[in-house]
Amino acid sequence: MNTIKNTVMIDGNEAAASVAHRASEVIAIYPITPSSNMGELADEWSAEGRKNLWGMVPTVVEMQSEGGAAGAVHGALQAGALATTFTASQGLLLMIPNMYKIAGELTPYCMHVAARTLATHALSIFGDHSDVMACRQTGFAMLASGSVQEAQDLAAIAHAATLRSRIPFLHFFDGFRTSHEVAKIVELPDEHLRALLDEEAIAAHRRRALTPDRPVLRGTAQNPDVFFQAREACNRFYFICPDIVRETMERFAELTGRSYGLFDYVGHPEAERVLVMMGSGAEVAHEAVNWMAARGEKVGLVKVRLYRPFDVASLAEVLPASVRAIAVLDRTKEPGSVGEPLYQDVVTALAEARNDGRIAREPRIVGGRYGLSSKEFNPAMVKAVFENLAAAAPRNHFTIGIVDDVTHTSLPVAADFDIEPDAMVRAVFFGLGSDGTVGANKNTIKIIGETTANDAQGYFVYDSKKSGAVTISHLRFGPGPIRSSYLVGKASFVACHQFEFINRYDMLEHAGEGADFLINSPYGPGEVWDKLPREVQEQILGKRVKLHVIDAYRLAREIGLKGRINTIMQTCFFKITGVLPVESAIAKIKETIQDTYGKKGGDVLKRNFEAVDRALAALSGVTVPAEVTAERRRPAVVSPAAPGFVQGVTAVMIANKGDLLPVSAFPVDGTWPVGTSQWEKRNIAAEIPVWDPAICIQCNKCALVCPHAAIRVKVYEPSLLDKAPATFKSWDFRAADYPGAKYTVQVAPEDCTGCTLCVMFCPAKDKSNPKHKSIDMHPQEPLREAERENYAFFLDLPEPDRTRPRALDVKTTQFFQPLFEYSGACAGCGETPYLKLLTQLFGDRILMANATGCSSIYGANLPTTPYASNRDGRGPAWSNSLFEDNAEFGMGMRLGLDSHRETARELVTRLVPGLPGDLVEGLLNGNQAGEAGIAAQRERVADLKFLLAGRTDPEAVRLSLFADYLVKKGVWIVGGDGWAYDIGYGGLDHVLASGRDVNVLVLDTEVYSNTGGQQSKATPLGASAKFAAAGKGTPKKDLGLIAMSYGNIYVASIAFGAKDAQTVKAFLEAESYPGPSLIIAYSHCIAHGYDMAFGCEQQKLAVDSGMWPLYRFDPRRIEAGQPPLQLDAAAPKIRVEQYMKNENRFRILERLGTDRARGLAAAAQRDAERRFQHYQQLAGLTVGKPPAEEPAKV
Amino acid sequence: MDLSTKYLGFDLPHPLMPGASPLVDDMDMVRRLEDSGASAIVMHSLFEEQIAAERQEAHFLETHEESFAEAVSYTPDAGIFALGPDEYLEQIQEIRRAVSVPVIASLNGTTPESWIEYARLIEQAGAHALEINVYYLATDPLENGEDVETRTLQTAGAVKGAVSIPVAVKLSPFFSSFSNLAGRLEGAGADGLVIFNRFYQPDIDIEALDVVPTVRLSDSGDLLLRLRWLAILSGRVRCSLAVTGGVHTAADAIKAVMAGAHAIQMVSALLRRGPEHLRRVREEMSQWMEEHGYESLRQMQGSMSLAKSGNPGALERANYMRVLQSWRA
Repeated sequence: MNTIKNTVMIDGNEAAASVAHRASEVIAIYPITPSSNMGELADEWSAEGRKNLWGMVPTVVEMQSEGGAAGAVHGALQAGALATTFTASQGLLLMIPNMYKIAGELTPYCMHVAARTLATHALSIFGDHSDVMACRQTGFAMLASGSVQEAQDLAAIAHAATLRSRIPFLHFFDGFRTSHEVAKIVELPDEHLRALLDEEAIAAHRRRALTPDRPVLRGTAQNPDVFFQAREACNRFYFICPDIVRETMERFAELTGRSYGLFDYVGHPEAERVLVMMGSGAEVAHEAVNWMAARGEKVGLVKVRLYRPFDVASLAEVLPASVRAIAVLDRTKEPGSVGEPLYQDVVTALAEARNDGRIAREPRIVGGRYGLSSKEFNPAMVKAVFENLAAAAPRNHFTIGIVDDVTHTSLPVAADFDIEPDAMVRAVFFGLGSDGTVGANKNTIKIIGETTANDAQGYFVYDSKKSGAVTISHLRFGPGPIRSSYLVGKASFVACHQFEFINRYDMLEHAGEGADFLINSPYGPGEVWDKLPREVQEQILGKRVKLHVIDAYRLAREIGLKGRINTIMQTCFFKITGVLPVESAIAKIKETIQDTYGKKGGDVLKRNFEAVDRALAALSGVTVPAEVTAERRRPAVVSPAAPGFVQGVTAVMIANKGDLLPVSAFPVDGTWPVGTSQWEKRNIAAEIPVWDPAICIQCNKCALVCPHAAIRVKVYEPSLLDKAPATFKSWDFRAADYPGAKYTVQVAPEDCTGCTLCVMFCPAKDKSNPKHKSIDMHPQEPLREAERENYAFFLDLPEPDRTRPRALDVKTTQFFQPLFEYSGACAGCGETPYLKLLTQLFGDRILMANATGCSSIYGANLPTTPYASNRDGRGPAWSNSLFEDNAEFGMGMRLGLDSHRETARELVTRLVPGLPGDLVEGLLNGNQAGEAGIAAQRERVADLKFLLAGRTDPEAVRLSLFADYLVKKGVWIVGGDGWAYDIGYGGLDHVLASGRDVNVLVLDTEVYSNTGGQQSKATPLGASAKFAAAGKGTPKKDLGLIAMSYGNIYVASIAFGAKDAQTVKAFLEAESYPGPSLIIAYSHCIAHGYDMAFGCEQQKLAVDSGMWPLYRFDPRRIEAGQPPLQLDAAAPKIRVEQYMKNENRFRILERLGTDRARGLAAAAQRDAERRFQHYQQLAGLTVGKPPAEEPAKV
Repeated sequence: MDLSTKYLGFDLPHPLMPGASPLVDDMDMVRRLEDSGASAIVMHSLFEEQIAAERQEAHFLETHEESFAEAVSYTPDAGIFALGPDEYLEQIQEIRRAVSVPVIASLNGTTPESWIEYARLIEQAGAHALEINVYYLATDPLENGEDVETRTLQTAGAVKGAVSIPVAVKLSPFFSSFSNLAGRLEGAGADGLVIFNRFYQPDIDIEALDVVPTVRLSDSGDLLLRLRWLAILSGRVRCSLAVTGGVHTAADAIKAVMAGAHAIQMVSALLRRGPEHLRRVREEMSQWMEEHGYESLRQMQGSMSLAKSGNPGALERANYMRVLQSWRA
């Protein structure tokens, strides 16, 4: 229980959702970062039976897209319900068409947006106002919150004001900075929310509902005679809307004591320089303005709360008459505009105010951009903006927070400007996602926030990688209110939860003078100093940092907590900082442990208690020498052999210093070099596979299943071994057509994630000791140096002749170079092996269209890029357009390629007199099937280019440009099930039906993996997922069967862990099929809730139980009079339970133990049987005439 | 026919009940068992390793949380996943609510602390009695037989001391002096002995070079070993005796009672023929007893025990010799 009345520690998403859930009846949702949590919470609360203000449990439905959610909401509103939704970014854009309708129909409605960057030159999940600014013309009222408290309070005000005004409201707050910041807020009780919502207005909304009992009609089509007048009919509602919002805010203040205005002014009463802004940045400015005004500077700030309808009079009213210069800061960019939208609004508003005589003189107004994609915005930047305003000719259209060395828009910012009071405890923690650091820190702020009068704030910065993810927690505690919505700069406490970070990150840049620095160190107080690189020692002495160490891993091991160091480190934090008396802190930590682990049995509880008790004794202070003693510097981030761009840009980003890069460092259009992941050596595996060649059967399956291309195989001439490193392993290659060749399985020691998939999949066991396989896991550290050298040698060995293998199968394909390597995917990812195989087979000649999702994130989330090129410089050309349009995007690529090819062919024909006849014949009609065909065509194109070189006739010049398109190029359209089954399904269906030669690869994890495991239509019956916590009640959509119904689409259902040979075959057939192909690939995923080491085992069980049928449907077989559908797995031989019991997503049924849950389990069994029988019948069907005779088998 | 018996202090209308098995995981099955007249419900064992494995799983789920900005978790509220003993304890309560017959929980721990802790939790959850399942394979060459017995005795004593409900000990036959151990267990406070645990013997997959678990249901042949030891113990120990493993027919059940069983636990027969089989066995027992002029079950309880045959050891050896000779003949 809280000791401080009515306060809770929650994040902005929960704050807004808590109001929305209580004030709504219908909630239509769709996951999109950073708003997903609002929908998840609403769903969870409804699943628990939590009721709204009127005693009903709101209905929460997940739709197929944000467009769908908006449509559903529109319908619910028309039916007279109170509805809401949550969204962000592109999702919000998809709602815009409905927003015009909802506003045009004057419908009371409030939606909540965690404002996020729109994808332009790149996607970004982080926060700015580019999405909400794209809605300012829809007719929605817009209300901006700048803090977690406001996210709750203004949500309530918006829900209330919309009812009275009939204008729909878009309530927004900054994605991540507010949506994910955990802060202490005063809760809004039900009675206050109820008092705000006007029951008469609700009744009026009900009376306007569409009902056959009082039928009316909406949605007419109007013509030039009346549309205009009818459109103007809504004006008076907009005119009075600001007054309604003001009155609602006043009522809110009466109820809660918290007061808001349409525009709130803070600062010097006679301010001459004033900022205008909205969102969390305004909180930063508030803090800075208070500090500056207290020091006599005549500065002020206008916080914009009601952005639409924009109330000129209110703005004029709050501005002090003394103001001479105004800077308007926009968190968005509108290239080509006069200025960004808030700036333009303020300029226009004040011009009007001057004309109307509301203000005596028009101040000078400048506009600037800040904070795009959650770019840091801090008091030093606020100060810089005020300094600009003080200039005789202030810069207009400036940027703040970056260095623009190209168009010189940026304002200079003083490096050292810290205005936070000394009483504020500021702490920064560097941890791993897997070590529980963030969870412990969330506990810590909860403890402090809930047990002391102090205000508390937590903000968490996550990694761009999904495996070995680094987390940085920024915590503040102190006398409130804390308005510092920026990262901690001068921390009084810095913790390093992983010793190796010492060599990778500049953690002490966050440290203030005299800060405490706690290191989880395997080295004790006597030895640790000598293990620190020179830079760290210098900072410790320079900032008089107090050093503390604890060997938390040893302690955790002794206690049996296996790597979970969170409680140990948390206890040390309390001990060192003394924010609470140690005894009460410990009691509180134990209470939290009890809450968290109470359900998991006494033993876990006891161990965690022991961790707390023993941490205090294991913590030591370190006596720091007076001088720097280390010679060793922090190692270079990337190898000196890396290309210039990687050295100059990528490496800086890897070191967490990307904020320092100036505009000139970047390409102007988002184009990025490939193959940069090879330079980031992450060393995240504790153990790596070690090859025993003597028992290896050389099947190459280890290479096939590796999600990170970190175990590879090569076959080569023995003479190449002359220069091999001493520990490089080699063995005779057992294949008749490679006499005398050598064979090696080599691990990339610094790129392996230690997932063990290869070891689990390896079929080669030692006959005398089956526990020992041809590959076993061994600790990485002792092997690192030698294997690094071995791997470098291995990479230098020649790549194989791609035309040599007689047949492509699992074994031969794995000798081909993967052109997708070392991505940031989860350890043990079930998707990436397919992509890697794709690049091995066709990577040198494909374009890839990738739907937004996991595959686009591990495929292109900077700093590094895993798609790579081969020694000829060829490789997959990859791009991501959107989530919903990927099939269309890929089809566009096909159309473009086809057009280029036709152009090239036409030009070849026109140039015939000047070209050798056999070359022309080959170029136009040569067989390009397979590696040999492609190689031959490439040679012909090279010959053609040679002949064209130096020619200046326009057609020859044009042909040189297009000649490469004479070589067959494939298009692969890749995405997850959320895209293919849900949001992109309409487009996918259209593209498949088009008959064009495109290949679609659906990486089916059966949930929205990237956004955290929400159900999709691919989720199997009975699986639990977010938005289907009690188990999905409907069967998985059969995408393959739908596609087969067209008859001319190649369709395959594959699972590499169950039948790798079929997987390879399906890829080859899909690529060779001259029409549309669809491969649906079973992809195990951490969202299934089990250890990914067992991913392939589960794939086998999925197939054996009939949950995942394996088949190939090849329309070419129809011509041959054969049944187009071939089943590649026998009838189910185990019950689905045997598959389901190993995955937490299914086990929940067992645990729920309800009749419904049992019913679902039984239905899953029946469904698997039904589907198999259906396929079995289809597999017996031939189309058209039966074959005259069975063709002779070769 | 009076089939009543006393087991672990409970007056039961007859000795037939389902033995520890996953049968009762399903509440529907629990109700069918009661409808078929089961005189008590024995639950499957709560294995400490299972709890540990689930914690491992929970740990696995946790390691992916709070790592990536787009997804700070991947499963619906983890609280839904009841872990460890909770689920088991909830099931005790649910079975208690569903049926009126005694509910006997079963436990298999690994450390003395865990035995005691879980025993207490099981008692608090409302179990009427507790069967402790000493399923243990002594594979450590440094551990001698005396150590194994001592630990078994200490466990029984500790659990008995920790709870006030009756405690039965379920044993394997692999003790060098079973009679002695049985007597000492009684001395340590055991209210009953359940004989015997059936070890699931692993098989070898010669293709995959894997050890594979196998499940073999019992048949009446498995009963003979139990009959012998029931006969040996009956009358020698005062605590309750239950037989488990090999009772499939009324004849089997009658033999077990004659050898000294107070309770008869059936698993394989019910798995094979459904819970209704329990009613048939009871009816056939009654019928047989009526046909043979018995008045009550108690009348024949232990009638064929070795205690009633004078010199059991000598008899046993004599029988052994006779059997061998019959083979020679």
